Amino acid sequence: MKALGHVFKYGDNVDTDVIIPARYLNSFDAKELASHAMVDIDPTFVERVKPGDLIVANKNFGCGSSREHAPLCLKTAGVSCVIAETFARIFYRNAINIGLPIIECPEAARGIEEGDEVEVDFDSGKIYNRTKGTEFQGQPFPEFMQKLIAAGGLVKYTNSKKEK
Amino acid sequence: MGMTMTQKILAAHAGLDRVEAGQLIEAKLDVVMANDITGPMALPIFREMAENVFDKDKVVLVPDHFTPNKDIKSAENSKAIREFAKAQGLSWYFEQGKSGVEHAILPEAGVVVSGECIIGADSHTCTYGALGAFSTGVGTTDIATGMAMGELWFKVPPAIQFVLTGKPGPYVTGKDIILHIIGKIGVDGALYKSMEFTGDGIANLTMDDRFTICNMAIEAGAKNGIFPVDAQTEEYMKEHSKKSYTIYAADQDAEYDDVVTINLAEVRPTVAFPHLPGNAKTIDEIEAMEPIKIDQVVIGSCTNGRISDMRKAAAILKGHTVHPDVRVMVVPATQNIYKQCIKEGLIDIFIDAGCAVNTPSCGPCMGGHMGVMAAGEKCVSTTNRNFVGRMGHVDSLIYLASPEVAAASAIAGCIANPEKVGDR
Repeated sequence: MKALGHVFKYGDNVDTDVIIPARYLNSFDAKELASHAMVDIDPTFVERVKPGDLIVANKNFGCGSSREHAPLCLKTAGVSCVIAETFARIFYRNAINIGLPIIECPEAARGIEEGDEVEVDFDSGKIYNRTKGTEFQGQPFPEFMQKLIAAGGLVKYTNSKKEK
Repeated sequence: MGMTMTQKILAAHAGLDRVEAGQLIEAKLDVVMANDITGPMALPIFREMAENVFDKDKVVLVPDHFTPNKDIKSAENSKAIREFAKAQGLSWYFEQGKSGVEHAILPEAGVVVSGECIIGADSHTCTYGALGAFSTGVGTTDIATGMAMGELWFKVPPAIQFVLTGKPGPYVTGKDIILHIIGKIGVDGALYKSMEFTGDGIANLTMDDRFTICNMAIEAGAKNGIFPVDAQTEEYMKEHSKKSYTIYAADQDAEYDDVVTINLAEVRPTVAFPHLPGNAKTIDEIEAMEPIKIDQVVIGSCTNGRISDMRKAAAILKGHTVHPDVRVMVVPATQNIYKQCIKEGLIDIFIDAGCAVNTPSCGPCMGGHMGVMAAGEKCVSTTNRNFVGRMGHVDSLIYLASPEVAAASAIAGCIANPEKVGDR
C-alpha cells in the first residue's frame, strides 16, 4: 500500500479542537465532518486538499480531545497519511482503529516542507520526498498493530477473534 | 525490577503476574463510559460486534456535553443513547436532572473505585486516577469494542514519578499544582506515560485537589494520572460507593523514566496563557505585566466544578460585585453539588455578585453551547484547555486558572491575584 500526494505542513501541538472544532460535533456524519476539517488552523484546507494529499507536522499531533471525529474527518477529506514527529496517544489509537495511516518520523517531519510531493510505502515505512529527492525511514508499527491493520481495523479484528 | 502502580493494575486485569513497559496486553474492563458526543457515534460500530453490552452494570452513559440539548442534532444524539440505555437495561445512565459532568458524577455516584481498569470515550477520563484506579480516555471504536467485549488492548506505559512534598500555601489548589507541573514538563512531557503521584505532600491534598490534578494529566500527554490510596481515598469511597475495591501500590523497586520533585509550598497561584495548558505563568509574573483585561469568567467543568471549587469561588466573591465589563458563568458540575451550593447559600453569593448560574453541563468548556466567545474576547476559565477556538471564535483567548483566581479576576476585570481581593 502506498500514498502519494502533496503536503500540508503544520507545526507542534496541532490539537483536535482545530482539526474539528466542537461546534461541529453534533454530527458524526463523515462527509459533513470532512467539510470542516482543519478549519480553525487552516480555513482554506478543505478547498485545497486533493485525494491522496498528506499532512506533515511536528510533535504531539492530535493532542486534546478523544474525538474520533478528528482522524475520521481527515481521512474523509482525502488525507492519505499523516507524518509527525510524535502523535498524541488517543489520536494515535483512533487513527489506527479507523484506518488512517500515520507514521512517526522526526527526520521526515523536519525534512519535508509545505507543497512537497511525497510518496510513502506503508509496508517498508519508507518516506520519499520527490520534490527534494530525499528519503526517510519511518517507524514501523509493532507486530500487534500490524495485525490489527491487516485485519481491517479493530472491529474486524475483534469479530475475527470471536469466531475462533 | 518491580512494577509501577499502573502496571500492577494492568497486570491484574490482563491475568498476568507481571507486565513491563511497552508490552501489549488485553485487559478486562471494570467501567466503560461514553457521553452524548462519543456514545451515539459508537452505537453503529458496537452493533457490528454485538447485540448486547458485555455487562449492564459496567457500561455507563452520561449525556453531558451538549445537554440540555442545544439543537436538533444534539437532541437526536441524546435520544439515541437514552433509548440504547433503556433497551439494554443499563444500571448507570445519568439523565438530565439526575446527572452532571461525567467526571464529576462517576466518582460522586460511586461508579468508579480504586483498583479498577476504566476506559471512557472522553479524554478527561484520566480523572478517576485520583481514586487509585487505572483510567484512560479512548475514542469511539475503542469504546464500542469495550462495550461489546469488556476488554481492550493496551500498551503498558512507562511512568514518571512526581514526588509531592510540603504543604500548599493559601490560594494554591490542585489546579495551580497541575498547571505548574504541565508548565514544567510541557504539553507532551508525559506522552504515552503514566503520571504517578507520590510523596508526603499528598496528605495535604483533598480528594477534589487530586481529581483536578489527575483530570489534567492528559494535558501533559499522559495515558493516565494516578494517586496512591490513603485514608482520605478510602473515606471518600465508603461515603460514595457500595462497590468493593482493591488497593494497589507501586513496588519499592518500580522503574520510572524520570522522577520530578515538587515542593508544594513553593507553588504559586498559576495561570496557563493561550493557547496551551503548558504556557504557565505565576500570579507574581502576571502582576508584573500590564493588566490583562477580560470579558468572561467561567467557573465549573470536570476540572473545577466540584463543591470545594464552588466554596472557594464564593468565598472570594462574597460581598463583591462582578466588574461591569465582565460576564461570569458558574456551572456546578452535578445536581448534588448544585443543591449543596443552594443549601450553603453559595448560589445567593454568586447571583448577588452578578454571576449567571447554569445547570450542570460541559457547556462552555469546549465552545459547544453557553458562553461561546466572540472575536477578540478574553476569558479566565477554570476548565482544562485553552486551544485556539476552544470556547468560540478563533481570535478569542482563554486563560486557565483556579476558581479563586477566576473569582478574583471577575471582580477586578483583569487577571487578578486572589490574595489581594480587597476587604469588603
